[in-house]
Amino acid sequence: MKNNSMLEIKNLHASVDDKEILKGIDLKVNAGEVHAIMGPNGSGKSTLAEVIAGQEEFEVGEGNILLEGEDLEELSPEERAHKGVFLSFQYPVEIPGVSVTNFMKTAINESRKAQGLEDMPANEMLKKIREKSEMLEIDRKFLSRSLNEGFSGGEKKRNEIFQMAMMEPKLAILDETDSGLDIDALRIVANGVNKLRSKDNAIIVITHYQRLLEYIVPDFVHVLYNGKIVKSGTKELALELEEKGYDWLKEEAAV
Amino acid sequence: MAYTEEELKKELETKEYEYGFYTDIESDTLPKGLNEEIVIAISKKKEEPDWMTEWRLEAFRAWQEMEEPEWANVTYKKPDFQDISYYSAPNKKPKYNSLDEVDPELLETFKKLGISVDEQKKLAGVAVDIVMDSVSVATTFKKTLAEKGIIFCSISEAIQEHPELVKKYLGTVVPKKDNFYAALNSAVFSDGSFCYIPKGVRCPMELSTYFRINQAGTGQFERTLVVAEEGSYVSYLEGCTAPMRDENQLHAAVVELIALDDAEIKYSTVQNWYPGNDQGKGGVFNFVTKRGLCEKNAKISWTQVETGSAVTWKYPSCILKGDHSIGEFYSIAVTNNFQQADTGTKMVHLGKNTKSTIISKGISAGQSQNSYRGLVQVNSRAENARNFSQCDSLLMGNRCGAHTFPYIEAKNKTAQIEHEATTSKIGEDQIFYCNQRGIDTEKAIALIVNGFSKEVLNKLPMEFAVEAQKLLEISLEGSVG
Ligand SMILES: Nc1ncnc2c1ncn2[C@@H]1O[C@H](COP(=O)(O)OP(=O)(O)OP(=O)(O)O)[C@@H](O)[C@H]1O
Ligand SMILES: [Mg+2]
Repeated sequence: MKNNSMLEIKNLHASVDDKEILKGIDLKVNAGEVHAIMGPNGSGKSTLAEVIAGQEEFEVGEGNILLEGEDLEELSPEERAHKGVFLSFQYPVEIPGVSVTNFMKTAINESRKAQGLEDMPANEMLKKIREKSEMLEIDRKFLSRSLNEGFSGGEKKRNEIFQMAMMEPKLAILDETDSGLDIDALRIVANGVNKLRSKDNAIIVITHYQRLLEYIVPDFVHVLYNGKIVKSGTKELALELEEKGYDWLKEEAAV
Repeated sequence: MAYTEEELKKELETKEYEYGFYTDIESDTLPKGLNEEIVIAISKKKEEPDWMTEWRLEAFRAWQEMEEPEWANVTYKKPDFQDISYYSAPNKKPKYNSLDEVDPELLETFKKLGISVDEQKKLAGVAVDIVMDSVSVATTFKKTLAEKGIIFCSISEAIQEHPELVKKYLGTVVPKKDNFYAALNSAVFSDGSFCYIPKGVRCPMELSTYFRINQAGTGQFERTLVVAEEGSYVSYLEGCTAPMRDENQLHAAVVELIALDDAEIKYSTVQNWYPGNDQGKGGVFNFVTKRGLCEKNAKISWTQVETGSAVTWKYPSCILKGDHSIGEFYSIAVTNNFQQADTGTKMVHLGKNTKSTIISKGISAGQSQNSYRGLVQVNSRAENARNFSQCDSLLMGNRCGAHTFPYIEAKNKTAQIEHEATTSKIGEDQIFYCNQRGIDTEKAIALIVNGFSKEVLNKLPMEFAVEAQKLLEISLEGSVG
């Protein structure tokens, strides 16, 4: 059996201020796959995403997170990023005075440095920026604005995916990237994500809506409820959820 | 500075205050202490004319009657003015024609500073007048400038060669008795720069001076005088680094700028005197008086990046005397560990339709105290004077302090004065966001600080902006956590 595991999470528990939020998560994502995670508000979806990314605010108790077989426990958030973990934030953060371009340049060169590579030559960087911004239909002027400062909700999300395109991660976690995007933007951004799909990377899509999954078609859908994955299935599960809501699962989970 | 990004990064990897080394050059030093004999001796050593000696003595007598100011938001052990040697010049001081003649130790110093004269010479468009321990030891590009009638030399040389200009302008903007430190400087100033741009001439290059304190226990009293004749333009850069020392070193400079009708002076400073170690020991005391006078339609811009000194007391000011004149002040002041800075500006609107802009960015880390103190004064006949002030403070950690003291005195009803102030902290969420993109915390802070300071960094000439960014990063190293 060939081993193409990208992410493997085993019995993961995480808490903040002694309050347990993740209560034993198991998840396996192979390279080339797209997984969707759905679930009610407050069920722990963003927490799971941030814990994978190494947010130290959360205390990881039991359990392991393996990226391509390597345990991430001892690694800082930046080291995880260098290994190819990317998080598209549910709430992207503003950094005044730092342009999108400058931020990306710094991010890419820091990752290259960690891999023992030289800085990316300026012309290559500019070419890449041009390509990726065209793919996501981002106006070049936008790239010289301060990162996320004064961006509309949709602009912030599109910009997150622009960053994903620039960083070319192995494992991308998109936390409610669809919220805030208008209908056209959703299509553009989703198409962008699809272009980034390959057999060598994996994507986890966190969303509340089936609509996004019509564009980014998942191989598997999981439902996170009260800190646990209570149901997994194929893309049909998302349709079922859309129709029935979560109540029936709550009953199932309580059993 | 012609730093490549790679060099920059390498430098950043060094955690120590890099410029903390001491050049062992023989010095010719006067005995410690200050009295009329010493003042006369300084003047004699510099072979000054009698009027200059007399000028110094007047200043000294005034100084004796004055009290050291107490109003600034800084606390420090007052220097013992009788325990300082007021004159120190490198022993061998011939005028050099080529680098080969320069003391190899001095060249070594420049190398460590990353500003070898050699490199500077190649750096097109920058003429450097290096003030090493009070006496200028090298001046380059003088010829090119001379062709345009521009004078750029040490103030001592100017006193010898252009006494009529010095006599006419010295002390006209910062009078001898202006304040305690200015009076002290007027009495004992050892050297500094003089710059004169003739009518209608645009100075073709950035004029720049690198200052450096060297001799142990030697106070440094620089005197700079820049005169821009009608319709002329000059951009002047001043930068400095100082060696690591245990005892506090006093620095009390005076800078006077005169912009005649339609003239423009840009004065940029990157200040990096030794700030003391992380225990708050040592460091330079920097008490500076900088002031510019604008005649009709003239413009003066002060841009400063202050990262050094244990104690900084500095208020570059503009006297907007002429109608339609413009004064600008762009400042970044960084304090870390136990540093204290009380800095800001004074905009004095005397003429009609005068305009001033103040952008101040204060960054405090460690247990430092960072104060902005600004005065906007509008005289009764200054119709339609306008000022815009913006003071932003960025705090790192919760043991440091940021303070803003804006003073407004408007005696004319038509004045329009706007003041905005913000205080922010670097957020954990910002750091995590950067970390997630592969940027470590140290670098993330540098990035956020650079972003915060951008409006001011943008005002600096290119090569200086790079130097300044590097200094910001170095000065905030170890301030995390
Ligand atoms: N730093 C924190 N301190 C206290 N509680 C927290 C913290 N972070 C998250 N929580 C709590 O953990 C729970 C899970 O939050 P999380 O953000 O992971 O939910 P979510 O599934 O992403 O919800 P949504 O769909 O609304 O985005 C919530 O009850 C939230 O209030
Ligand atoms: Mg969430």
